[in-house]
Amino acid sequence: MTTSFLRRTPSVLWFLGALALFTLTVTLLSEGYGTGTIPTSFVKTLGMTLCLCLVAMAMDLIWGYTGILSLGHMAFFALGGYMLGMWLMYARTEIIVVQALASSPLPPTPQEIRDGVAVQIFGVVGGSELPWIWALAHSFWAQMALVVLVPGLIALIFGWLAFRSRVTGVYLSILTQAMTLALALWLFQNDTGLRGNNGLSGLQNLPGLDAVPQSVMSMWFFWASAAGLGLGYLLCAWVVSGKFGSVLKAIRDDEARVRFLGYAVEHYKLFVFTVTAVIAGLAGALYYPQAGIINPGELAPIASIYLAVWVAIGGRGRLYGAVIGAAFVSLVSSWFTGGRAPDVNLGFYTIRWVDWWLIVLGLSFVAVTIFAPKGLGGLIDLIERRRTPNRHGADLGPSKGSFREGEAAAE
Amino acid sequence: MTGMNALLEVSGVSVTFDGFRAINNLSFSIAERELRAIIGPNGAGKTTFMDIVTGKTRPDEGKVLWGEKSRSLLGMSEAEIAKAGVGRKFQRPTVFEDQTVQENLLLALRNPRGPLSVLFWRPTKADLARVDELAQEIGLADQLPRKSGELSHGQKQWLEIGMLLAQEPRLLLVDEPAAGMTLGEREHTTTLLKEAARTRAVVVVEHDMDFIRRLDCKVTVLHEGSVLAEGTLDHITKNPQVIEVYLGR
Repeated sequence: MTTSFLRRTPSVLWFLGALALFTLTVTLLSEGYGTGTIPTSFVKTLGMTLCLCLVAMAMDLIWGYTGILSLGHMAFFALGGYMLGMWLMYARTEIIVVQALASSPLPPTPQEIRDGVAVQIFGVVGGSELPWIWALAHSFWAQMALVVLVPGLIALIFGWLAFRSRVTGVYLSILTQAMTLALALWLFQNDTGLRGNNGLSGLQNLPGLDAVPQSVMSMWFFWASAAGLGLGYLLCAWVVSGKFGSVLKAIRDDEARVRFLGYAVEHYKLFVFTVTAVIAGLAGALYYPQAGIINPGELAPIASIYLAVWVAIGGRGRLYGAVIGAAFVSLVSSWFTGGRAPDVNLGFYTIRWVDWWLIVLGLSFVAVTIFAPKGLGGLIDLIERRRTPNRHGADLGPSKGSFREGEAAAE
Repeated sequence: MTGMNALLEVSGVSVTFDGFRAINNLSFSIAERELRAIIGPNGAGKTTFMDIVTGKTRPDEGKVLWGEKSRSLLGMSEAEIAKAGVGRKFQRPTVFEDQTVQENLLLALRNPRGPLSVLFWRPTKADLARVDELAQEIGLADQLPRKSGELSHGQKQWLEIGMLLAQEPRLLLVDEPAAGMTLGEREHTTTLLKEAARTRAVVVVEHDMDFIRRLDCKVTVLHEGSVLAEGTLDHITKNPQVIEVYLGR
């Protein structure tokens, strides 16, 4: 523990190197800045995948390291997307409205512009007034602050209530599910002020940059996502590298013991829950401009369950595991569900992957959990020849989220 | 018995679980730097007593006072009580198995415990030296980089004792330290506890009479949630009531 941060966590340099190489390769093969081998739509898919990797890392911090199986982090992700989406939509609509009113004899008043924007955005849900939650939507910086503050505050309040009552294990998971479901149902209502099930759309266009083609803009977002993932990795690796990470792992494996050591377990849980919610929000703010559209379906509980599946398949308790899991599963997933995977004709039955993919994913999740609890990240152990210590079959601790024997690796 | 210079003073404490009186009007006090053994049959309330002192269980009535200022420990959280200076060793060795011996000891070392100070904390030379010294004391000096999950049962018990010493508690509560140990390991454990009691108060809950004899200290006998007898081991083994409820079986 005396050595420097990079020496202690060699995965950081490997990770950043691989990420830089990947970014460079995609850039050189992109339509916007390179040979055009990779179509713009796939650049967007890759950029979005990087954002999913970032939120998966946050999930690993809360679940793999701290042992709290949150099934609500995709709600924070979507909220981040909504907050930035509000600005994107408002600012672009404002430009359109100003252009339309430019031909009128009198120059439009700010109120007229606001009303025009409101009609444009809310006509679809039969509204013509700007709801109060759009009060700051004209300001990029205000909405960026909300990207951090909204998920952060919700996580802080929810976490404070849940952790101080010592809700743990599966009960906490159910509570987080209820939270994300409640948020989704709330957003589905038209009078919530976020356009109900229409959600926010047209987010792929940056206001005032209509001249920039999507092939170029997609690369900007791709770079931003890569930078976000790199910075996120640095931050998470730093957090878990020192004594703080040691306390988190201790809470995961035996939280009662940590209390008797004098650590206020609830404060640590709340801290990590909130920080990971903020990371998820930022990842969402990078994701949805690339997706172009966000609607309340994105907060469906299933999204957060997927997140847990990615981390489990990638390997809990190691940051690169979460990244590998999220990238691998979400890319394979979009290949299978995108109709690109060829059907398998068995003669009596044709396997159509669009229908069968979820079953394959479910089975591989079960298989990984039972047979390879270290997940894909465990392959790195094979390369490094790290072995699993023999703990005589015992789990590492009595807490609900504690590691099973097979998940640990010897140093 | 020494009202003035008691480190921990438990008086009139009762606790009921679903109608069962686990602790019944229990009074107990221990002075600074005192070694004390608690014995009693199963269900006598030994573990519940520790749960009350460490804040895990709230009593229905009674007082638990701590230190010179006679601060009440009731209403404080487990972490606050631990920070005030009460260390607890569980029956089963509970070390953090996924972490190295060194990490376990660094976790326990007396340092700021808040999330932010821990986030920016890095061990100083003095911290590492203290860890080495403790590892030496518990006989794990050559095991520092090993994951503690790989240690033997006895080594885990010592590591836990080492972690308790690292916390620098003023009162150490030890639950059945000799359970599952070989004879040699028991002797080492006795030495560790007696050594610890030179600088702090130590309360040992134990079943094993030979072990208590080696500790050579005042003994409190618990029965049905209250104190049945108190005194030297020879004194209490002659007590007819004690013989009837405990030793006679």
